[in-house]
Amino acid sequence: MRRAVNFLYAHPNAALLLLLLLPMAWLVIFYLGSLSAMVVQSFYSLDDFSGRVIPEFSVFSYQELFSPANFDVVLRTLSMAAAVTLASAVIAFPLAYFMARYASARIKGLLFLGVMLPLWSSYLVRVYAWKLILANEGMISWGAEQLGLTGVLNWILSLPVIGGPSLSFSYFGMFIVFVYIWLPYMVLPINAALERVPKSLTEASADLGGRPRYTFRKVVLPLAFPGIVAGSIFTFSLTLGDYIIPSIIGDSARFIGSAVLLYQGTAGNLPLAAAFTVVPIVIMGAYLLLARRLGAFDAL
Amino acid sequence: MTARAIAVRLRGLSRHFGDVKALDSIDLEVNDGEFFSMLGPSGSGKTTCLRLIAGFEQPTTGTIELHGQQVADVPPYERDVNTVFQDYALFPHMTVADNVAYGLMVRRVAKSEREKRVREMLDMVRLPGFGGRKPSQLSGGQRQRVALARALINHPKVLLLDEPLGALDLKLRQEMQVELKAIQREIGITFIFVTHDQEEAMTMSDRIAVFNHGKIEQVGTPYEMYENPHTRFVAEFIGTTNVVEGEMARTIHGKSAAYAIRPERIVLCPPDADVPLDSVYLTGVIRDVTYLGMMTRCTVEVNGSVFTVIEPSAQARPAFGYAIGAACVLVWKREHMRPLEGA
Repeated sequence: MRRAVNFLYAHPNAALLLLLLLPMAWLVIFYLGSLSAMVVQSFYSLDDFSGRVIPEFSVFSYQELFSPANFDVVLRTLSMAAAVTLASAVIAFPLAYFMARYASARIKGLLFLGVMLPLWSSYLVRVYAWKLILANEGMISWGAEQLGLTGVLNWILSLPVIGGPSLSFSYFGMFIVFVYIWLPYMVLPINAALERVPKSLTEASADLGGRPRYTFRKVVLPLAFPGIVAGSIFTFSLTLGDYIIPSIIGDSARFIGSAVLLYQGTAGNLPLAAAFTVVPIVIMGAYLLLARRLGAFDAL
Repeated sequence: MTARAIAVRLRGLSRHFGDVKALDSIDLEVNDGEFFSMLGPSGSGKTTCLRLIAGFEQPTTGTIELHGQQVADVPPYERDVNTVFQDYALFPHMTVADNVAYGLMVRRVAKSEREKRVREMLDMVRLPGFGGRKPSQLSGGQRQRVALARALINHPKVLLLDEPLGALDLKLRQEMQVELKAIQREIGITFIFVTHDQEEAMTMSDRIAVFNHGKIEQVGTPYEMYENPHTRFVAEFIGTTNVVEGEMARTIHGKSAAYAIRPERIVLCPPDADVPLDSVYLTGVIRDVTYLGMMTRCTVEVNGSVFTVIEPSAQARPAFGYAIGAACVLVWKREHMRPLEGA
């Protein structure tokens, strides 16, 4: 035992190898392994008669992916993910800014608790709770009635695409639930980025003649940008892959997640399910490249 | 010489944080083109005072005038002052050149003009060719120079410096002191320099204000502050001093007021020395001797009080043996004693 310890002390590289063995094995075998298995699957095809997967190279799944019905699913999911990400960023930023800049230690602690609290209870329960909140006889329509805002609610529901018979059966309702569920993942990284911007930087900008808007644009936003990108990676990719919210809230229109569930489970079309799963990976890859091009990681 | 213009005039200026009076009704005038230091221990109100002049804090009461103009309600981005921050506050996502050019970019100065002036400023702070680097690639002293260049490029009426040399090591700090002073003399802009280092304030300043507990104890030239301190706090904060008070003061001066006598004004003599009749003399015992190279510092106990005496080593060594426990006589001239207020 002592000799082994002494050996490791004398050979730091061996110690490092030992340290990384488990996480590396995990990454390579489970993570990259399953990922490549999935990508390989997406290039197989399904025998329509026997329902069996033919393990030969084919781009049939991708042809199917780009068929109007399936491509709609991709576009619908993308638009929702983009809208949710944008809204999360707009809502999270002021909160994260307040927490980083103005809140006393006590208030900051309470706000952190408030942001994290929803994560303590089951995701499924919270989505069902929202189903009730958004329902026609739910809290929101009741509240709107009490405030005399029923007209506003009805106007929103009458809008094409995002409206519907009730909030719980509309894209708008689904959007609200998505934002609610993923908001903490946006607040925390933005807050972390802003915590690292000393107050003297904004003071220096003002001191040199920068009005608040200029300071925000030239100093605060560029330095918070990596945090916004990190948060958007969470909200964007989590929305891209989620299948529970689209199946509980909304008009049962398919999203990528629910399509994957359908094809690999009910329909047994593993290649198409795999092709659907490749979509978010490609989109996130492109998104990260774009973010890097925009300098999101320069300040890291 | 005509009377100099007043660059900054503070009247009845206070800043309270809850019950804490960070700055308590101070009056101060800083002349145009002056190198003015605000000196004091931490929490004495000097930085608050600077931040009020910059506009980062709002006064609780009182007025601030910049070249005769009331600015208490003017936001920092409309005040003609610039600041060198203690932590330099360089924008980490910008190059050195963009940092220095920031004030010009805000004012939409044309690019060619901007580049020319950035080059001039970087030359002035002796960082030519550093424009393309990021602040993280610079040493502390270099960052400090960039911060200075960035603050001076707008030609402010007053430059505020908040302990800008605090993070530098001694050697670099002394170099920067000389350099800052030279730059100030060259461009003639009023510098208001906040520091807790009395030696730094003495070295660089035309005048010094000593802050204590949110109030100004005394304002004067380094010479006045050292040779004629008005209060015990100033006497003890700038240099070292011996305070004679109580019974001892009554015996010497006939009054039980407090007096300051600087250590180098005291001559340490053997017990049998001839003492001039008009001089003060006290008999004591040597308790400690520290040889400091240029000078020698002795601690002498007189009737339970402790005196510090500093003598040039070259002069003192042969004249008197500094044995610990030896009896000695402290001699000084009456006119070198300075009466202290409120002690």
